[in-house]
Amino acid sequence: MASTEIARQAGEGVRAVPLAGHVGFDSMPDQLVNKSVNRGFCFNILCVGETGLGKSTLMDTLFNTKFEGEPTQHNQPGVTLKSNTYELQESNVRLKLTVVNTVGFGDQINKEDSYKSIVEFIDAQFEAYLQEELKIKRTLHSYHDTRIHACLYFIAPTGHSLKSLDLVTMKKLDSKVNIIPIVAKSDAISKSELAKFKIKITSELVSNGVQIYQFPTDDESVAEINSTMNSHLPFAVVGSTEEVKIGNKMVKARQYPWGTVQVENENHCDFVKLREMLIRVNMEDLREQTHTRHYELYRRCKLEEMGFKDTDPDSKPFSLQETYEAKRNEFMGELQKKEEEMRQMFVQRVKEKEAELKEAEKELHEKFDRLKKLHQDEKKKLEEKKKTLDDEVNTFKQKKTAAELLQNQAQQAGGSTTLKRDKERKKQRFL
Amino acid sequence: CFQGLTKSQNRANMSDIVPPEVRPKPAVPAKPPNGGSTLLGYIGIDTIIEQMRKKTMKTGFDFNIMVVGPSGLGKSTLVNTLFKSQVSRKSAGWSRDEKIPKTVEIKSVSHVIEEGGVKMKLTVVDTPGFGDQINNDNCWEPISKYINEQFEKFLKEEVNITRKKRIPDTRVHCCLYFIPPTGHSLRQLDVEFMKRLSHSVNIIPVIAKSDTMTVEERQEFKQRVRKELEMNGIEFYPQKEFDDDIEDKSDNDKIRRMHLQEMMPFAVVGSDKEYQVNGKRVLGRKTPWGIIEVENPNHCEFAQLRDFLIRSHLQDLKEVTHNIHYETYRAKRLNDNGGLHPITSNDTQKIYDFHP
Repeated sequence: MASTEIARQAGEGVRAVPLAGHVGFDSMPDQLVNKSVNRGFCFNILCVGETGLGKSTLMDTLFNTKFEGEPTQHNQPGVTLKSNTYELQESNVRLKLTVVNTVGFGDQINKEDSYKSIVEFIDAQFEAYLQEELKIKRTLHSYHDTRIHACLYFIAPTGHSLKSLDLVTMKKLDSKVNIIPIVAKSDAISKSELAKFKIKITSELVSNGVQIYQFPTDDESVAEINSTMNSHLPFAVVGSTEEVKIGNKMVKARQYPWGTVQVENENHCDFVKLREMLIRVNMEDLREQTHTRHYELYRRCKLEEMGFKDTDPDSKPFSLQETYEAKRNEFMGELQKKEEEMRQMFVQRVKEKEAELKEAEKELHEKFDRLKKLHQDEKKKLEEKKKTLDDEVNTFKQKKTAAELLQNQAQQAGGSTTLKRDKERKKQRFL
Repeated sequence: CFQGLTKSQNRANMSDIVPPEVRPKPAVPAKPPNGGSTLLGYIGIDTIIEQMRKKTMKTGFDFNIMVVGPSGLGKSTLVNTLFKSQVSRKSAGWSRDEKIPKTVEIKSVSHVIEEGGVKMKLTVVDTPGFGDQINNDNCWEPISKYINEQFEKFLKEEVNITRKKRIPDTRVHCCLYFIPPTGHSLRQLDVEFMKRLSHSVNIIPVIAKSDTMTVEERQEFKQRVRKELEMNGIEFYPQKEFDDDIEDKSDNDKIRRMHLQEMMPFAVVGSDKEYQVNGKRVLGRKTPWGIIEVENPNHCEFAQLRDFLIRSHLQDLKEVTHNIHYETYRAKRLNDNGGLHPITSNDTQKIYDFHP
């Protein structure tokens, strides 16, 4: 039996003891797996490649579904990453699959910065996980893991060699993610050219020091198949969701006037190998590598960048805490200062506003007083006018009564004409 | 090509895991929230179960169990019976030359046991001296300190910049607390201990040497013990309060937990001697009036304890320890301001006196 990590770790002074009967802890893997099944699994694939290399089609073919989505627009200025999450279920296994596509990769005239958005995206997923891990109250066991587990790098089937964009991008990505290079649309190359192409690609990758993902060969049950597959990299694939009748079966294939390329025929392309390696044999290993290698590297770099250090074993446990504490105090101090400033500003503003309001109040009072005075003046004037009018009316009345009296007296005395003349004369006087 | 679509199975019970050799089941149409994906054939996603199983078998497991109780209750014998091997050394009492320890000692012994290709590093932590003194004040302190020290060790490793690939796990996953079969009720020591430690470790109370009680006495005692535990607010494993925290507990699990809680504490008998009964060799205790078979469910509840502890809840014990007890410890530790010095017993006092 291969020595296990337990036995290795057991090391000093831990003996192995024989069991005198069946205890039952061999159900432990089942218990563990059971819990994982209940929780469901996560798998995140990133597809990097130029426009039109068949990325979306290949994903559809691999997972036997029609992933929803309109063909993406290709008129964006930079490289954007679009991610879609799907929930697949097979027997009792629930998989949350996230497929991230690079839109616009290789479309620009100046491609120097194309890789940047991809690297940023990958780092952002690591960062999110790191943040969750550093939280005080955290829920890691129910955290939806968005870290990229596998990166399928699509190489254009030119038949010559890798483009410099490919080399640069892969070099930037190889320490952050498991890269599996594949030759896309490989039905465009003949078999002999394909063999030469593959050799050229592998040698270019090696000479440029690009670390692609190697299928693990330490577990005997899969060592053999993994090592043969390692020699077939990069896989030359063809993707298709259309079905064609061959013989008496419906197979996924691409139909040309000169023949049909069957996707699942190993003589035609390496699709079956890719599916075997990616899903059926190494999915768990991909996840583990992402967590134990790429994520740890990111975490180490990030923490060192933030100023934490493992110095010597004595201060090791506390250096992280101390720097954390120091940073926290600094931060708190800054916060307090800011708070003070804001408070000052607030007080000032309040004062100003108060003064303003007082001013306004005074003005209003003045206005009110003015208006009141005006009103009183007007009133007085009007009253005077009224008085004069009344006086006039009174005098008129008096005159009227006096005239009537005279009239009566004249009538009684006789001589109406004089009265009339007098009346006329009086009337004229009044007009 | 596979074009049939069948109904999906329920969440698997332990016995329902489909081995991948059973060749492809037609895939099931999923109902994803963002709609639109229908499976039209076998992909092979379910092989991840087998991949995961292989990996875990390769790495092996750690399991740390602590036994607490006054001496003479058969703690070591029970652990040996549980794991069917000499993992715990029985103490033969204190000889005249040895001094009875003034405080509780913590002795931990590790062994590697293997079964069915699965290797397990079992660590048994014994606590001689617990409850043996005349004055047993604070005899839980060393135990609590030990538990917190293991948490601290793990935390230090986790917080490192360069971490080990697999952090060695010495945290106590399970604490078997031995209740003396007085037949009356819990002693104050029992209540105090369990009250203080149930928040930092999974406590499984067992009634030791239960062959001194008749079946009726046993039932009554169990009921009384359960009531007292409830009255004192002691949550022993499996804890009800964690049902909502760990979301992957289905309703079946909750019902099972309730059944279990009704049977606990298990009344057990331990033995490492074999006798011939009805033509079979069984573990038992021979008395003038008969042979008490340890694994006979009519005689005592050892078999139930073993099944519960090892065959169905081993992983769950580890997970509750990691996801809940450890996280609680970590949160408290990271919240402490300044004064970062190695843990002294004063600190453990502070930490475990904090009852949420």
